[in-house]
Amino acid sequence: MTAPGPESDAEYIRRIMAGERHLFHELIRPCERPIYFLLLSILKNEAEAEDVAQETAIKVFLNLRNFRGDSQFRTWVLSIARNEGLGRLRKLAVRREDSLDAGTDEQTGDYTPAILTSWREVPAEALERKELGEILRQAVEGLPEIYRNVMLLRDIEEMDVRETAHALGISEGAVKVRLHRARALLQRTLAPQLGEFAPKRKGWFGRRA
Amino acid sequence: MRIDCQHVWSYISAYIDGEVEAELRAEIDQHLETCEICSAVLDSTRNVVVLVADDRVFELPAGFSRRLHERLDRELELAGGSG
Repeated sequence: MTAPGPESDAEYIRRIMAGERHLFHELIRPCERPIYFLLLSILKNEAEAEDVAQETAIKVFLNLRNFRGDSQFRTWVLSIARNEGLGRLRKLAVRREDSLDAGTDEQTGDYTPAILTSWREVPAEALERKELGEILRQAVEGLPEIYRNVMLLRDIEEMDVRETAHALGISEGAVKVRLHRARALLQRTLAPQLGEFAPKRKGWFGRRA
Repeated sequence: MRIDCQHVWSYISAYIDGEVEAELRAEIDQHLETCEICSAVLDSTRNVVVLVADDRVFELPAGFSRRLHERLDRELELAGGSG
């Protein structure tokens, strides 16, 4: 089967509404990852994120007739996921501190990066070491929620600025500002920790090969 | 115009995404050639972004997809029954 682009999404939806309900499985499949990770970012709990992800998929199915086609299907699905996630958060009444204290883009945070005199690239193969993945996950989880949500959709799910803005209900400018801050905060947290994962070389001081 | 380090840092993310205008980009490039600190900031930021985007870092929980589709199956069946 070819990857469902916007046109084939519309075709899927038409046929599902006409009675071929089983096709919904394929329609929703490409959205599973971003749904789950967005919800994990909002809820910070794997079991809750999975449960709300299922609720979201069901809600999408039941509301399929309301999809207008003026945005990408995935964007529409993610805005439903976000609403469901925020609804669950209210129900749990455990709004985390960071979603309150980092609620705006106006605050003048300190975005001075970690200063290094040299950087040895950490190759993707270093991810074979489990502790590297753990350090990276913790750093992303430690970001304020509004930055984490944007980073998850932009850098981890590789969505574009426009789609991310629609899915999160914010402006494209806010996406760029938040992404910049997310990356700067991650660099500051991670750069000092990642040195040990870079390939070994002789000498200590920043000479490049 | 010569730009300083702080100025370069404020454009790191846009620079990585290729969203900086040509003129400013040239200034940043020129700065990077001589500034070891900003080069390291850029390289490390880019490296961090690449690493967190690796599929091995954020994986769906085992069985997530199976459980989702099983629940959907029950729901689709229900919808079928009610018309």
